[in-house]
Amino acid sequence: MAIKIFRNFFKRVFTGIFRDKKEISLGFYGPPNAGKTSLANRICKDFTGEEIGTVSKIPHETRNVQSKKVEIEYKGKKIIFKMIDTPGIATKIDYEDFLKFKVKKKEARKRAKEATQGVVESIKWLDDMDLVVIVLDSTENPYNQVNITIIGNLVARKIPVLIVANKTDLKKSNIKKIESAFPDYDIVEISAKYGKNLEEFYESVFKLSKKV
Amino acid sequence: MVKKRKKKLGKIRGFSIQFMPHSEIRPLNSDQRIRKVLNIVLGNNLLLLQGMLLPEEETRLIGDAMAMIGHVKNFKGIELAVVAGNNNDGFFSKMRKGLANALSGGDLGAVTIIGPATIVKEIKRNPKKIELLLNK
Repeated sequence: MAIKIFRNFFKRVFTGIFRDKKEISLGFYGPPNAGKTSLANRICKDFTGEEIGTVSKIPHETRNVQSKKVEIEYKGKKIIFKMIDTPGIATKIDYEDFLKFKVKKKEARKRAKEATQGVVESIKWLDDMDLVVIVLDSTENPYNQVNITIIGNLVARKIPVLIVANKTDLKKSNIKKIESAFPDYDIVEISAKYGKNLEEFYESVFKLSKKV
Repeated sequence: MVKKRKKKLGKIRGFSIQFMPHSEIRPLNSDQRIRKVLNIVLGNNLLLLQGMLLPEEETRLIGDAMAMIGHVKNFKGIELAVVAGNNNDGFFSKMRKGLANALSGGDLGAVTIIGPATIVKEIKRNPKKIELLLNK
């Protein structure tokens, strides 16, 4: 553990000196189906015209870490972000859950296997992030241990965190619940699907980028 | 004549609940702690651990559990929840707690619940209660 902390410290110091300081690794983390890829797609499309990945109603659609460099301009300031869209982190994966979405058994098994590998990959990438956006589905219960674990890890690694409450366009959306679950954080309410309130999102990202 | 009706219990798979005091894991390093927890969970046991694991240990536990799916028969992952004190404490209260935790080697007022997903269907949490839903 001590060696790892020491190694990470040196990695951060040296990459900080020699890397182009304007490029920031921006990770999108959260539970499956929270809208991480939808948000990353929205940003990429706004600034490059291209999307980063496919979205689906079936959980674990993103099963590999995917990245794209995007220059974001906000109020005259420009920052190059390496957008890193990660597979949703879950503690359990059962191929039978995919059958409910009319996925064939063989495909469901393959999807489950890839999804487990995706979770492992997501966790490995935590060390490489400069700034992390935690995307939560505001229609779901935020008191989920995975959310707390990811945030706890980022805090331990001193990586700035932005919590985003997505799907605010839906009736079931409950922002107050998210705010009471994470009282130490400002919550940005968005709808990635409709591009709602992205101005506030960019403002928060730029504000947190100063801490990197 | 009263007909005797047989009670249907349905399928109840055997499992046990193990309580582990924090003193059991305190002297162990992260690798040993994770191995110990996973061994208990893989034995179809529901673990109630006094205190909590470090955030890095929790993520490693999730990662290791994921890596075991497909390699260990009938293993589908874990359910995990930490029941800790009130997060809305004031500054001095947090400082006092932090100091107490540092001296005792962890938040001993917390309880970590870890179980195999084949037994624990869901752990529902809200600020006031925690519900453990088991699979039939």
